[in-house]
Amino acid sequence: MKGNLNSLLAMLGKTPKKPKKITPEAQTIHLQKRSKKITKQEIEHIRQELRDAEAGKYSKKWQTRRWISIITINLLFTLSFWVDVQLFEGSIIASRVLGFHMADLYSALQVVLAYKVMFINLIIGTATVFIIWILLGGRAFCSWVCPYHLLADIAEKIHQKLAIKKFVTDHTFHRGVRTVFFIVFSLLAFGLGYSLFNSINPVGMISRALIYGPGIAMIWIFILFLFEIFYSRRAWCRYVCPMGLTYGLTGALSPLQITYNLSSCQHDAACHVVCEVPHVLECVKKGRAGHVEVDIGTDCTLCGACVDVCPTSSLKFEIKGLSHIT
Amino acid sequence: MLSKSSPRYKTSRRRFLRTIGLFVGVMGASLATLLPVVTKLIPPRLRPPGAIEETDFLASCIKCGQCVQVCPVEAIFLAELDEGMGIGVPYIDARLQACDFSCDAVQCVLACPTGSLSHKIAKKEEVRMGLARVAKPEACLAKLGLGFKGQARGPNFTGLLRQEEIDRWTPIPVRDYPYDVELCDLCVRECPIEGAISLQDVVDGNGKLPVIHKTCVGCGVCEMICPVEPTVIVIDERKVWEAV
Repeated sequence: MKGNLNSLLAMLGKTPKKPKKITPEAQTIHLQKRSKKITKQEIEHIRQELRDAEAGKYSKKWQTRRWISIITINLLFTLSFWVDVQLFEGSIIASRVLGFHMADLYSALQVVLAYKVMFINLIIGTATVFIIWILLGGRAFCSWVCPYHLLADIAEKIHQKLAIKKFVTDHTFHRGVRTVFFIVFSLLAFGLGYSLFNSINPVGMISRALIYGPGIAMIWIFILFLFEIFYSRRAWCRYVCPMGLTYGLTGALSPLQITYNLSSCQHDAACHVVCEVPHVLECVKKGRAGHVEVDIGTDCTLCGACVDVCPTSSLKFEIKGLSHIT
Repeated sequence: MLSKSSPRYKTSRRRFLRTIGLFVGVMGASLATLLPVVTKLIPPRLRPPGAIEETDFLASCIKCGQCVQVCPVEAIFLAELDEGMGIGVPYIDARLQACDFSCDAVQCVLACPTGSLSHKIAKKEEVRMGLARVAKPEACLAKLGLGFKGQARGPNFTGLLRQEEIDRWTPIPVRDYPYDVELCDLCVRECPIEGAISLQDVVDGNGKLPVIHKTCVGCGVCEMICPVEPTVIVIDERKVWEAV
């Protein structure tokens, strides 16, 4: 189960540490790897792989699938309104999809805290969404549905290109600040009676812009876009978005995950370079994996970039339990 | 403990300060959205049928726009970021497109997932969006004893209104339904609520004027159809009937 205590704490902001217990099997592999000499050629090979990862030169299989998913889902919302087919009514934040109520978990929490009334349709909507993302892997919402994610993907690519040329550097923040945002926005909603997060949430803004047409809210989106290109890589998704954190908590219960295999890994850390939330990949560092097979933490957005970049296929999508049946 | 001169201490200190900066920045932006609401810089808005009390309305609306999508006359719009907290919250501009209850059973109320549009409302007669008011009686065509011939709002007006004898189910453009009346009574004849408005003799003076009654729901059809520019009759948002 990926939603163990350490994985949850790491998601909330704790710096991941070396596991206390390492199984004998994993220990044997660690020792084997340590005793093996690495040739200069191999080092040069790994360096080249890292450079390619930074430059974005690797398979884009999962990225293509993700982008198709994001575009299709958001386009269905837009077309449903324009052509009036009423399959997807509403926006990403709250909708009726084929007649089923759906509501984003954190936006709904904001509304309930601010208004202090639980409305039946909202309960049905959040329960539906909760179950869907338990099945589909929590933060997979981020990579596979969220319209802001696609924009942030583009900002990240530009940021990476500029970073190689040393025009920009990534300014990191303490990841725990996202947890603080989650709590403070919740407390303010309850105390002030206004759902403040919902009024600056770029996800809702972009979704509404795509369906009802853009307005001056796009200035805020543009500011975030520039901030992520020139100052801090993927800042909103990594350090701010309490929606993402909520889906992360949901995903703790999910069987869908990325699994890491220690024995085939050559520890070149290309996955670290491409990952949106590199702290979930702590186990790929030499000597860090506690098991031969490690479940990647619940903050993972299941974007598949590590699966695409890994030269030894040591990172794979898995439905927990199913792979052991066959 | 790291020593204060070590580079790791410095990096971590800088990151800590940056993080505070990010926190203040994002919280500041979100709190700034309260300004237009607190300072009341934003004019009061006519809300869709069933809208609960304004503060609760702003608090409970999840900003999804489902009410926008179900409205057959597309009367509902979502506010922009200049309304701060009110961004994404629905409103109606009655002069542009009034709520004419073409949907029969307040579809927007049924679509609302959070109860911002109260589900206690089942019929158009129970709606209370505001009250109509004759704002410029001196310009009223009826007061001047004039009739009206032609398109109520001119050839370029895009507003829709249901005319049951033409099409029971689909509202038609106002411009496709020209009028020819001896004495202008468009606001009275198009009012979708029975007994909400009537044309009455002016007590001391000539001509007639529309008079609004207790059953008025504030849908704004009278404001939309009024052929005078600017409109003679307007809706006072959220105003409730008080015993005279």
